[in-house]
Amino acid sequence: MDVFLQQVVNGLSLGGIYALIALGYTMVYGIIELINFAHGDVYTLGTFFSLAILAGLGVNGVVHGPAGVAIVLVTLLAAMLLCGITGVLIERLAYRRLRNAPRLAPLITAIGVSFILENVMQLWRGPSPIAFPEVIANPSFALGGVDITAKQIAVIVLAVGLMAALQTFIYRTKLGKAMRATAQDRDAAQLMGIDVNTTIAATFLIGSALAGAAGFVSGVYYGTTWFFNGFEAGLKAFTAAVLGGIGNVAGAMLGGFSIGLIEAIATQYIPGGAQWTNVVVFSVLVLVLIFRPSGLLGESLPEKV
Amino acid sequence: MPGARRIGFFVLVAALLVFPFADRNNSHVDFLANAGAFILLALGLNIVVGFAGLLDLGYAAFFAIGSYSYAMLASQQFGLHVPFWLMLLVAPVIAAIFGVLLGAPTLRLRGDYLAIVTLGFGEIVPQTFLNLAQFTNGPNGISSLDQPSLFGRPFGFSATPYYYVLLGLIALGILIARNLQNSRLGRAWMAIREDELAARHMGINTTTTKLAAFALGASFSGLAGVAYAAKLDLVSPDQFQFNVSVLVLSMLVLGGMGNIWGVIVGSFILSFVNSFLLPQSTTLAHAAGFANVDFTNYRFMLYGVILVAMMLFRPEGLIPSRQRAAEFHEALTDAPVAAQEQAEYEGPPR
Amino acid sequence: MPLLELDSVRKSFGGLVAVKDVSFAIEAGTIAAMIGPNGAGKSTVFNLITGIYVPEGGTIAFEGRKLGGLRTHRIAALGIARTFQNIRLFAFMSAVDNVLAGRHARMHATMFDSLVHTPRQRAEERAGRERARELLRFVDLERHAGDYARNLPYGSQRRLEIARALASDPKLLLLDEPAAGMNPREKEELIALIVRIRDLGVTVFLIEHDMALVMNVSERVTVLDYGEKIAEGAPADVRRDERVIEAYLGRPDVA
Repeated sequence: MDVFLQQVVNGLSLGGIYALIALGYTMVYGIIELINFAHGDVYTLGTFFSLAILAGLGVNGVVHGPAGVAIVLVTLLAAMLLCGITGVLIERLAYRRLRNAPRLAPLITAIGVSFILENVMQLWRGPSPIAFPEVIANPSFALGGVDITAKQIAVIVLAVGLMAALQTFIYRTKLGKAMRATAQDRDAAQLMGIDVNTTIAATFLIGSALAGAAGFVSGVYYGTTWFFNGFEAGLKAFTAAVLGGIGNVAGAMLGGFSIGLIEAIATQYIPGGAQWTNVVVFSVLVLVLIFRPSGLLGESLPEKV
Repeated sequence: MPGARRIGFFVLVAALLVFPFADRNNSHVDFLANAGAFILLALGLNIVVGFAGLLDLGYAAFFAIGSYSYAMLASQQFGLHVPFWLMLLVAPVIAAIFGVLLGAPTLRLRGDYLAIVTLGFGEIVPQTFLNLAQFTNGPNGISSLDQPSLFGRPFGFSATPYYYVLLGLIALGILIARNLQNSRLGRAWMAIREDELAARHMGINTTTTKLAAFALGASFSGLAGVAYAAKLDLVSPDQFQFNVSVLVLSMLVLGGMGNIWGVIVGSFILSFVNSFLLPQSTTLAHAAGFANVDFTNYRFMLYGVILVAMMLFRPEGLIPSRQRAAEFHEALTDAPVAAQEQAEYEGPPR
Repeated sequence: MPLLELDSVRKSFGGLVAVKDVSFAIEAGTIAAMIGPNGAGKSTVFNLITGIYVPEGGTIAFEGRKLGGLRTHRIAALGIARTFQNIRLFAFMSAVDNVLAGRHARMHATMFDSLVHTPRQRAEERAGRERARELLRFVDLERHAGDYARNLPYGSQRRLEIARALASDPKLLLLDEPAAGMNPREKEELIALIVRIRDLGVTVFLIEHDMALVMNVSERVTVLDYGEKIAEGAPADVRRDERVIEAYLGRPDVA
């Protein structure tokens, strides 16, 4: 039982990261019905940006005390900002023109952008995994028979916190309302005076910023990164978004944590587990799309008859 | 075919037939043989994506299945030695079966979801080959494959016999693709691509029609897989990763989806860039004193740029099919209406 | 035995009952119409007949055979063809290819035939194209044979859709608002076309909002309102029916 609970804890941390990435997928899909293939790579960029910032700040180990907190905040916010800008640029340059094109076109473009980003990162830091500084001390706490580390707590807290902020934003602010309106009916939203271009850009900004946060968090948590990280993480986060209900923000969180749990448990209980987790997660994707395509929390788009 | 084009065509065919003897440099023939395998792959993917409109992002999986079929049935691995020529018949069938198996779950999915699921399968298949090490030797792959032979003469290490085999397979592939395009099945694919709901009302069984596309597309991969595996004498999981699927897709996008000649040209151009342009440019750069430059590292960026640039500026490809050109350009102004109507009948995306 | 018979058919979406206990029959060789205010459930009835939706209750029988649960393509092969309220032509296929596509169910080329172009396949294609051109002549569109469907003028597109539907040699032709957007002269031509179709032996069942057209061309009219049948009979009788008048005039959105 303890082993199981331990995996639950591990899964929740993993899931927190997936959830943050999944939010970006779900928001973009909800508003322009595009699977932003490059989103996973924006997540990796978040880690890379964080690396650069930390190097610039002279951090290469643990930083204690208030200085540590400051560094975490600065790096996190900077990574989020840089990724947000990247997302907006990608939308503006690669996707905007194709908003009304046959669906195949923006999807193919997104794949292209993904490849470009991956290659850029490969050229930037090389093809091998790169070490990421510890940044914060990572004491372990014993809770019953289960160990939970400070970093795991931080991941979960951050993920939940950002989601709460996002929910507030979407349901309590004007821009959030504009985003919801545009997601439901773009033409009507425009007729209501909503600046659709800005709204979509804002969606990319926020979604990419969240991916940036996930990138920073992932670097701190795993202590390592790799230019090709985003591909797999992106696919799994997309699975999470679909599982939770594409277009549904709460669903993305639920899906993210679920996928994290599934992965942790699969790693533990399937013989040779780590090798097969990808297969397991992708199978979840296929099964959800076949049997319950609206996901756990259903779609936020109205049913048309 | 009009007169001048007909002459040009025959000249081309003659040149291709004579090439290995005219150009004594076997590495050129080797390049063409490899390029040929990818042309075959592109022709196959063209059936799935270009004709039937099903965006398959995991096409490399069938290439893997074709290659591993040869590796497992014609080598020391299990002591089976099915002759190469027979494998050219067997592997497409095996690949086609998997085409149906992997295509079946995607049938009711909308375009972008279909793409992601095929991508998932494209990941699962090589991962499975990697994991089932007791059958596949895991990451090391299977080597020392049976050498094909014709009338008792083994192919040897020259690329020339493989060149001719691939030339023949490509000719066959072109013939089949053209036949399909102008047939009841080809029309059914077009109809499904245009309006699946209306297509059903024509009596088109969209399930079997789509599965046929997957099966036929996969069978081309099976063929290419056998030839390539035999030529390379090695099969390993890293030959079949996502970048291969994207490479073949890029060939279609560059050359012209739906257009058989466009796809061949696109495929050849990318093979040429990959195998000649990038390495030669690197050599030139080194000679000019830029010792650290390696253009082959920019390969994936190149694919990415091609995909993005083509979609933004010429989505129908270099040699477009007239229909696709119209679809891409005219749809840019009218798509919202069509999408709304589609939604009216079909409800939320499934 | 009626050609088409609906018996207590029921269909709802979410909580909304779109078609409630609808029963009527259509005799072979007739021209029948279904009218009713917007939202009455008429297109839903068509969608139920062609298998897009499955009835929750009741049965639909075609030539005595129950259609329940059959998939659309099988229903089409049985001999029911239709046009759509919002034209659903294959936009980037030529007019003749559209009609040829409509003939899919009556052609028999297998996958192998398509791969290899057997003599039988080639003969069938030739015959199919001939028939397609014949049908284009029938609706007076032969000069547009090679044009993309989407480039045709609106009225021509509607006629092309009808030609495509006829390509399957159907026994029953469902026309969903065929006169929408047409000018008076086009409507007259449409009436003549519908009569010519009936004279070929095809039963026609149409949804229409244009009362004059309906009265002019149909032999029997069924009226729906809020998903229920409220009247049925000869056009002249239906027109005078109190419930029908109330349904149309008693509501702000008169057709």
